[in-house]
Amino acid sequence: MAGESLLACTGISKAFGAVQALYNVDFEVRRGEVMGLVGDNGAGKSTLIKGIAGIYPFDEGEIRFEGESVRIHSPREAAQLGIEVVYQDLALADNLDVVSNMFLGRERVRNGLVLDEPSMERAAATTLASLSVTTLRSVRQRVIGLSGGQRQAVAVAKSVMWNSKLVILDEPTAALGVAQTRQVLDLVRRLAEQNLGVVIISHNLHDVFECADRITVLRLGQQVALLERAKTNQQEVVHAITAGALQHVPGMVDSRAVEA
Amino acid sequence: MTENTQQPQRDGTPAPTGADLTIGAASVPDQTVAGYARLWWQRVRGGELGSLPIIVALIVIAIVFGILDDAFLTERNFTNLLLQMAAVATLAIGTVFVLLIGEIDLSVAYVSAVGGVVMTLLIRTDNPGWPWWLAILAAVTVTTVIGLLQSIVITKAGVPSFVVTLAGLLIWSGVVLILMTQVTSTGTIRISDEWIVGLANNFLSDAGGYILGALVVGGFALSQTLTARSRRAGGLEAKPTLIIALQVVGLGVVTFAAVYYANLDRGVPTATVILGVFLAFWSFVAARTPFGRHVYAVGGNPEAARRAGISVDRIRMLVFMINGFMVGVGGVMLASRLRSVATGSGGGDLLLSIIAAAVIGGTSLFGGTGRVVAALLGATVIASINSGMNLLGLPQGTRFVITGLVLLGAVLVDALSKRARAARGLA
Repeated sequence: MAGESLLACTGISKAFGAVQALYNVDFEVRRGEVMGLVGDNGAGKSTLIKGIAGIYPFDEGEIRFEGESVRIHSPREAAQLGIEVVYQDLALADNLDVVSNMFLGRERVRNGLVLDEPSMERAAATTLASLSVTTLRSVRQRVIGLSGGQRQAVAVAKSVMWNSKLVILDEPTAALGVAQTRQVLDLVRRLAEQNLGVVIISHNLHDVFECADRITVLRLGQQVALLERAKTNQQEVVHAITAGALQHVPGMVDSRAVEA
Repeated sequence: MTENTQQPQRDGTPAPTGADLTIGAASVPDQTVAGYARLWWQRVRGGELGSLPIIVALIVIAIVFGILDDAFLTERNFTNLLLQMAAVATLAIGTVFVLLIGEIDLSVAYVSAVGGVVMTLLIRTDNPGWPWWLAILAAVTVTTVIGLLQSIVITKAGVPSFVVTLAGLLIWSGVVLILMTQVTSTGTIRISDEWIVGLANNFLSDAGGYILGALVVGGFALSQTLTARSRRAGGLEAKPTLIIALQVVGLGVVTFAAVYYANLDRGVPTATVILGVFLAFWSFVAARTPFGRHVYAVGGNPEAARRAGISVDRIRMLVFMINGFMVGVGGVMLASRLRSVATGSGGGDLLLSIIAAAVIGGTSLFGGTGRVVAALLGATVIASINSGMNLLGLPQGTRFVITGLVLLGAVLVDALSKRARAARGLA
């Protein structure tokens, strides 16, 4: 299942003032694999993801993408490498239709001026079909009329349109019902089947066990476990989240600051 | 892959049952007329009313005032209506753009007066005696720069447009007074340049009116046919040819009837032609260009637009400049129509009429929804009501109350249809 290494972060550290948000973290995603990223609130999941997405730089550590050592200074650079993040709020414009949302900011034009609607509509429909998203009535439907699961599907489809290689999903199943969670998890698996690397951040261990191949556990800004789903169980993961062995015990002041 | 079959909506709302609507558009070669009509009706029920309320309102207005006063439906009153609405509709085009990005501009009426005054001062004989076109260019440049200045405060200082343009309302009314009192003691400057007076007071010849009508209908038919053809060529479902034909015929009947009726009186006003050119141009910009798409995105979800790499501030500033430009054009047309500017230019109910026209026409005050043509439709409603009430000789107070109620009705339709859309969106 798992292929070669796509993203490899080693020795990542990041501090915000006195707060050590990440300390010497290793994180790897392979092609065609779903990596679950779990941890309690304040464990450093978002900090790690935002650094990879280019929102801010890490203080220390190396990022290798497709074997090359890279520095990611902005979300634009991340996108150029093929890293796309689907944030929890999805960032869709409700008043626009599905096609317009998927091409927002990257519209195709004819004659250097006019929107090339047929071309965009075809590409959007093809991408949605490749992800087996079939519940949409029409790609010309406005996003405001979509269900939560359909919105998530559109946001994911938007992120894979651009030859992306790594898709990071932040809490994709939060606020979704059972049936729609099912759809989104299936969608996550299909991304991996298309040989993309996928990172899924979730508080819901059940969802993570449904779709992840491996699970990275963060605790107090440190990586405390890297588990294969097939060889672990929820109990072990919960234990790692709450009481995983820390390689570096921060001072009392630091420790409180991280937990706060 | 078990979800591959039709997925029931969780709440079981008006989910369509027609098998032709379930899959993404790629597999459907062409819509049937019945399917098209059904989709349209679904949209209306879902709160996407489009121009429907306006058309109903116009019919009601025509019937009510037609019964109340014999003069309302005469050809004389029709051309008067065309003359009266042109300037307000031109001004409202700018307001539609501003509302689309979820902002508002309360200074439009007085900025338009600044434009009119600047132009009038520049064409005064020998002082400085600029040619008419250069004076118009200068006036429009001034109002565009005013739009830019106000937008810089809004975007860079993060002050709500409501407050900035409220200050602008006061500032620019003051500027009008200062400019006027410096050059005249009577409070009015007459415009004698025949080119400028002609802009809003001349009429096309009868033949010219029909040629214009043919251009409008032909242009619509051509653009619809080309769109449908390129969609079919791309393997996408397109508007059925029968529907296009019906729309073209409908538009043709209305257009030529209007031209015929106007020709019974003085003909089609040149102001209508000027308005039509701007309507067509800005409709194209809003609906067919990436810039227009970004305007809608900024109005719908600024954060989504920002993350998509769109410079939200740049879009906001450009929209306020477009607004400034159209306000300048409208100011010139107002001055031309009245053949003068005065210390009171831009006052009265002009601001209310402009914003009401945009909103009544179907532009949402919540941002992100509406079309440029709303300016035309709304201005038509406002002008017909005003004209009808004038003919009936209603006192000013009653007229304000009625116009206010119409505006309130339009805002209610907007709010309720938004609620209907949201209710459906929570499926």
